[in-house]
Amino acid sequence: MIEIRWHGRGGQGVVTASYLLARAVLSEGKYAQHFPEFGPERRGAPVVSYTRIDEEPIEIHSGIYEPDIVVVIDPTLLFNVETVLRGLKKGGSIVVNSPSPKQELMDEAGRREAKVYYVDAYRIAMDVFKRALYNTPMLGALIKASGLVKLDSALKAVRERFGGEVAERNVEAIKRAFEEVKLA
Amino acid sequence: MSGVKEVYKMPESAFQGRATWKELPIGGVIPEPATSLRYKTGNWRALRPVLNEKKCIRCLMCWVYCPEPAIERLEGDRIRINYDYCKGCGICSSICPVKAITMVEEGA
Amino acid sequence: MSGNKVLGLSGNEAVAYAIKQANVDVIAAYPITPQTIIVERLSEYVNNGELNAAFIPVESEHSAISTCVGASLTGARVFTATSSQGLALMHEILHIAASLRAPIVMAIANRALSAPINIHCDHSDIMNARDTGWIIMFAENVQEAYDLVLQAFKIAESHEVLLPVAVNLDGFILSHSLEGVNVLDDDEVSKFLPKRQPIYPVDFEKPVTYGPLALPDYFFEIKRQQAEAMEGAKPVIERVGIEYGKLSNREYKPIKAFGMEDAEVAVVALGSSVGTLRAVARRFRKKGRKIGVLGLTLFRPFPREELIKYLEGVKVLIILDRAISYGSSGGPLYLEIAGVLYRSGLRPIVLNVIYGLGGRDLRPSDVEAIYEEGFKCAERGRAERELLWVGVRE
Ligand code: SF4
Ligand code: SF4
Repeated sequence: MIEIRWHGRGGQGVVTASYLLARAVLSEGKYAQHFPEFGPERRGAPVVSYTRIDEEPIEIHSGIYEPDIVVVIDPTLLFNVETVLRGLKKGGSIVVNSPSPKQELMDEAGRREAKVYYVDAYRIAMDVFKRALYNTPMLGALIKASGLVKLDSALKAVRERFGGEVAERNVEAIKRAFEEVKLA
Repeated sequence: MSGVKEVYKMPESAFQGRATWKELPIGGVIPEPATSLRYKTGNWRALRPVLNEKKCIRCLMCWVYCPEPAIERLEGDRIRINYDYCKGCGICSSICPVKAITMVEEGA
Repeated sequence: MSGNKVLGLSGNEAVAYAIKQANVDVIAAYPITPQTIIVERLSEYVNNGELNAAFIPVESEHSAISTCVGASLTGARVFTATSSQGLALMHEILHIAASLRAPIVMAIANRALSAPINIHCDHSDIMNARDTGWIIMFAENVQEAYDLVLQAFKIAESHEVLLPVAVNLDGFILSHSLEGVNVLDDDEVSKFLPKRQPIYPVDFEKPVTYGPLALPDYFFEIKRQQAEAMEGAKPVIERVGIEYGKLSNREYKPIKAFGMEDAEVAVVALGSSVGTLRAVARRFRKKGRKIGVLGLTLFRPFPREELIKYLEGVKVLIILDRAISYGSSGGPLYLEIAGVLYRSGLRPIVLNVIYGLGGRDLRPSDVEAIYEEGFKCAERGRAERELLWVGVRE
C-alpha cells in the first residue's frame, strides 16, 4: 500500500488533487481511498489531504501517519520543513513546488534517505491559468515522480471532473509538470 | 408476527378487551371505520338530558356542540338524544338558547 | 450478475446514488454536517429529473421524520438522512415511526452530540436512539454504505418486518472519504426492490385509523407485538443479505468474522474501525498471534446467537465503544454484550475500550496497544483494568 499526504492551503485545491489521483487509480482497476483532513474550511489556512493506493482492497480507515510520499503544493509551507515531512517513511519521496529545492529541505530529506522531486508549478500555473493554481501541476509532477498511475488515467479523471475549457487547461498543466519535474 | 396479513376487520375479541398481541392488527391500526359505534358510552351518565319538544326552536346548536355526538338530526331539524351514547356532560343543556334541555338525575 | 461498474464515490454520494436507484417516492430531510452531501445530491437528482420523487424541504429534522412517517403510512417508499443533533431532534418521532410500523430508511452520518459542539464522528447519536425500535445497521466502508441502504428498503418494507431501518456510516471517515464502489445496474436494483406493496394503501373505500389511543387495556399488547416484530426481522435480514449476495457477489451477514476459528483474543466493534482492526489483526496473524475480529453489521436486532457461536474458546474479549453510557459500567456495546455473555454461560475476560469520541482517530498504533493488552490479560488469566480509555490524554 502506498500512502500519500498532500500539503497546501485552503482554496488551492489540495483536496481536489488527492481526489483526482484516487479517481485515476480506480479507473485502472486498483483500489484507492481519498479523504480530506476534516475541519472548517478557511481560505489560506494550511490544509492536508490524503490518498491511499493498493492492489488489494483497503480496509484501514485511520489517518495517515507514516506516508510514503509527501506532496507540498504550497511553496510557503516549505518554511516549516519539520511539519511537512513529519512521519515520512525512510526512503520515501517528497514532491515540492519549487524552482530549486532549498538546502534545508535537502538536508532533512537526506537524513530520511528520501528522494526530492521538484517542479516550478508557479511558472506553469502562471503560464497556463494566469493564476497561482498549483494543484493539478503538482498532480502531474507526482505521477511522473512516482509512476503510480498512467498519465492518461489522470487526464481522464480531470476531464470527468471538470469538462470543457477548464479541463483542457488542467490537462495542459498536468502534462507540463509531468515533463518538467526533476529529481534533485 | 410473521407474515402480517391485510385485515380489514377488527377481531371480535378486541371489542371485548381480551385480544392478545397476536390477534391485534399491526401497529395498533384500526382497520375498519366507525368502530366507535360499538363503544357505548351511555352508561357513563350521572345526569340525563331531557328535551322539551315544545320549547325547542330547532336551532341545532345542541347538535353542533354535542361532543359524542349523541344528538341526532331528524326531519325538519327536530332533534333526538341517543341515550346509547349520551354521556351526560350537559353541554347541550348549557348551549340551548331557550333552555329546552334540562339535566335530570339518572334513574330519578 | 452485476455489470461490475466501479464508481469513485464518497460515502454520502454512494448513499444518494443508492437512493436514486431504489426509486424512492418521498424524501424529506434537513441538511446537517456531515450528512449534507446526501441531501444535496438527492435534491439535484430530483431537480434534473433523474429521480422521480417528492423532495420535501422541511424546517427541522423533527418535521423531516414526521413527514416521513406520514408518507410511509400512505404506502410510499421513503428516505431521510441526518446526523447528531438532527437525530436527537427527531427522537420522539423515531419511537412513533417504529411503533406505527412505518418502513422508512434513514442514513445517519454519525457525529458526536454536543456539548462541546463538534462535527466529527462518534456513535453517541445513534446510541442515544438505540431503544427507539429502529433496525440499526453499521457500514464499515463506502461500499457497505451503498449495499446496506439498498438492503434496508427490502428489510423495512417486508411484510414480515414493517419497521424503519437506520443505516449508519461514520461521519467524515466514511461520509467524506472517496472509495471505489461496485454499483449495481439500475434494472438489477429495480428487480431487487420492486415497488413497495403496503399492507394498508390509501383507499377511500377501506378507511383505516393509524395511531389511535391505547390505554392500559391495549398498550402493552401493541408493544409486545412490536418487540416480536424486531425478533421476526432477524431471519428476513439474513435472507436479504444472502439474496443481495447472489445479485452482487457481496453476501451480508449480521456479523463479519475474521480469524475467529482459533482466536484467543477477540475484538468486537462497529463502523469504520472494523477495517482498521482487521488490517492490524492481519499483521498480528502473520506473526502467528491468534487474534480475531468481529464486526457487527447489525446492532438492532442484536445478533445474540450468532455472536455467542463465535465466542466459544475465546479467552479475552475486547469490546470497542465509540460512545459513553454515562454512569453505567461501560459503553453501550459493552453493556449489550455483557448481557448476552451472562445468559450464554461463557465467561471470557472482558475488556471495554472507549475510543474515538468527537472524531479522535483510532490509530493503528492504538490498535496494536489494545491487542497487546488483550494478550497480556490472556497470559495472566485476568484483567488489571476492565475499562480502557484509548486515545485520550490522561
Ligand atoms: S349531555 Fe352531553 S353527550 Fe349527552 S346529548 Fe347533551 S351534549 Fe351530548
Ligand atoms: S339547542 Fe335547544 S333549541 Fe336548539 S335545537 Fe337544541 S334543543 Fe332545540
